Amino acid sequence: MQVMKTNTEYYDDHVVRLFLLASAVWGIVGMLLGMYAAAELAWPGLNLGLPWLTFSRLRPDHTFGVIFAFGGSALMGTCYYVVQRTGHARLAWNGLARFTFWGWQAVCVLAMATMPFGITQSKEYAEPEWFVDILIAIVWVSFGAVFFATLARRRIHHIYVANWYYGAFIIAVALLHIVNNLAVPVSLTKSYPIYSGVVDAMVQWWYGHNAVAFFLTAGFLGMMYYFVPRQAQQPLWSYRFSIVNFWALISIYMWAGSHHLMYTALPDWVQSVGMAFSLVLLMPSWGSAANGLFTFNGSWHRLKDDPAAKFMVLALVFYAAATFEGSMMAIKTVNSLSHYTDWTIAHVHSGSLGWVAMITIGSLYAMAPRALGRPAMHSRGAMELHFWLHATGTLLYVVAMWIAGVTEGVMWRATQPDGSLTYPFIDSLLAIKPWYMVRWFGGVLIWLGMWVMAWNLWYTAGDARRKVIQPIPVPIPEPIRQQTPAPLPAAG
Amino acid sequence: MAYRHFEFIEKHAWALGIFTAIMVSLGGLAEITPLFVEALQVKPPENVKPYDPLRLAGRDIYVREGCYLCHSQMIRALRFETQRYGPFSTAEESVYDRPFLWGSKRTGPDLARVGGKYSDDWQRRHLIDPRSLVPETNMPAYPWLETGRIDGNDIAARMRVLRKLGDRYSDAEIAAAPEAVKDKTELDALVAYLQGLGIANEPQAAAAAAATDTGKPQ
Repeated sequence: MQVMKTNTEYYDDHVVRLFLLASAVWGIVGMLLGMYAAAELAWPGLNLGLPWLTFSRLRPDHTFGVIFAFGGSALMGTCYYVVQRTGHARLAWNGLARFTFWGWQAVCVLAMATMPFGITQSKEYAEPEWFVDILIAIVWVSFGAVFFATLARRRIHHIYVANWYYGAFIIAVALLHIVNNLAVPVSLTKSYPIYSGVVDAMVQWWYGHNAVAFFLTAGFLGMMYYFVPRQAQQPLWSYRFSIVNFWALISIYMWAGSHHLMYTALPDWVQSVGMAFSLVLLMPSWGSAANGLFTFNGSWHRLKDDPAAKFMVLALVFYAAATFEGSMMAIKTVNSLSHYTDWTIAHVHSGSLGWVAMITIGSLYAMAPRALGRPAMHSRGAMELHFWLHATGTLLYVVAMWIAGVTEGVMWRATQPDGSLTYPFIDSLLAIKPWYMVRWFGGVLIWLGMWVMAWNLWYTAGDARRKVIQPIPVPIPEPIRQQTPAPLPAAG
Repeated sequence: MAYRHFEFIEKHAWALGIFTAIMVSLGGLAEITPLFVEALQVKPPENVKPYDPLRLAGRDIYVREGCYLCHSQMIRALRFETQRYGPFSTAEESVYDRPFLWGSKRTGPDLARVGGKYSDDWQRRHLIDPRSLVPETNMPAYPWLETGRIDGNDIAARMRVLRKLGDRYSDAEIAAAPEAVKDKTELDALVAYLQGLGIANEPQAAAAAAATDTGKPQ
């Protein structure tokens, strides 16, 4: 580190710790909901005749809970952590940062408390009604303000690549959220979207697909670009490669949404454009995965005794696998079989449990001791146990849903020699029922793993709970006007 | 070299923000704007009418219960789909659908043309207790629909908002709405909506195609 001046500035890790805690709690809640919904599909008696517990009411709570509550809290927390460390600056506007925490928790509670009672827009991953949407927009703009204001006061001239992804994540999600949720309210609990039919479908899947692109990919790539080099204790494999991948990824993703609407009433040219861009998308996706994996070159031995690094490496492998699968599923002929089946569910969970959850868990294990003022996590054995629970659960889940999906796809299209359909619809449901049970069991393992993480974090946070934790001073370097290549992520 | 110029973006947060915003906007502009222009030019065909009050109430219950999570309403232009479900869905059929309910997953069958395939009585019993009719199904039961009542004034308010958005409801139709849904249960409304699917919203072209189609929906 450069010459230290008299130091009066400290990192704002309080808000980071709050998000860390929220993320652990929402992870357990969101995955419990998923587990229960999965059980309802296998054993429909579990709906219990209660409106708010019924599968169709509960499923949006699961998706919102894991994507926006668990993932969102982890993203915002790590974003605040990373932007401070890579810019050597304290977070701008502490009060506003605190507001983004409480505001986001209010959003999550409000959304998840209203959707099971039928207060929903029925647009996938954008189910909350208009009053929640307005709050989301306010919190999101505040989040962007804190992030960009912190960038503006950074002491490192060069903006580290992790921040590019966080920035794109913030800008794109704001755009997607606002455009997709334009609606006219009838009452507090009901609104109608300004779009209808085909236009609504296109806007929704432009949103839906890019919620995956920017919430579940760009944001988590930001996490990856900071915490993977940190955990491998090596510089990023190629900085310039990350630049190419960044611009390609953010521009191409936005074209690919229409692959969710193959063979539908959407105009054919839009379907074809979506398919072409989905195939091209494989390149920046694999580029980012390769960049992360190659960063471990020369330090693969760390995998033996660092479960956090293990989570990260497996996350990158799943990222490469899921993006390959996604591009293949966007091919029209493949899509004609996979669409509407559980293959889609397999794909989504290979991305979310394999990539998103694992990179998050790895990053949380890497960040938590530093943010909580401890040398390491409380128990390495518990991290190890969590890794195996999560990895086994994910594999069981994804394989079960692959089998179920392909079975459905094949049975729906099977015809007799005379051209008539072979199976009535119900036969396909009967064929996949055992796989619904396997999927549920995989979910249970993953959920137990989240409890192990929560237990481990609780004991790591001992000092923070007793409020004896020391704030970390910002290392203030001599101002450097030109720095090429970029500085490494700061220690701390 | 080129990298030196590029570095400018990497060292200025505002430039990074602006270029990112431009790059992420291109795809949406290219794919959504033409659809908007098209949607503005195309007038809904004469025989595709906005939902009548009872079916509108039923549709909103379909939305509320989240039926779209397991049932699609979009028959794709593929042979095995039209064989199973009937003629493929067209854009005109969903001009009044706010939100669209094409769905993305079929845990149960497609419902785009379910109207008239089963009797009203079958639909009612199936919604209240699906396993009494189809023992193997994993569909949840919706017994509370039988006791829920439709609020006529609320439906009229909904029609007024939809008119603002472009649906062609007349003053008389809106005024008559409370009477049309008087004493109706949520179950009545949902069954009315389901029984109209693929029938009441079918455009001329698809109806003509159906008349000559030999595929037997099952």
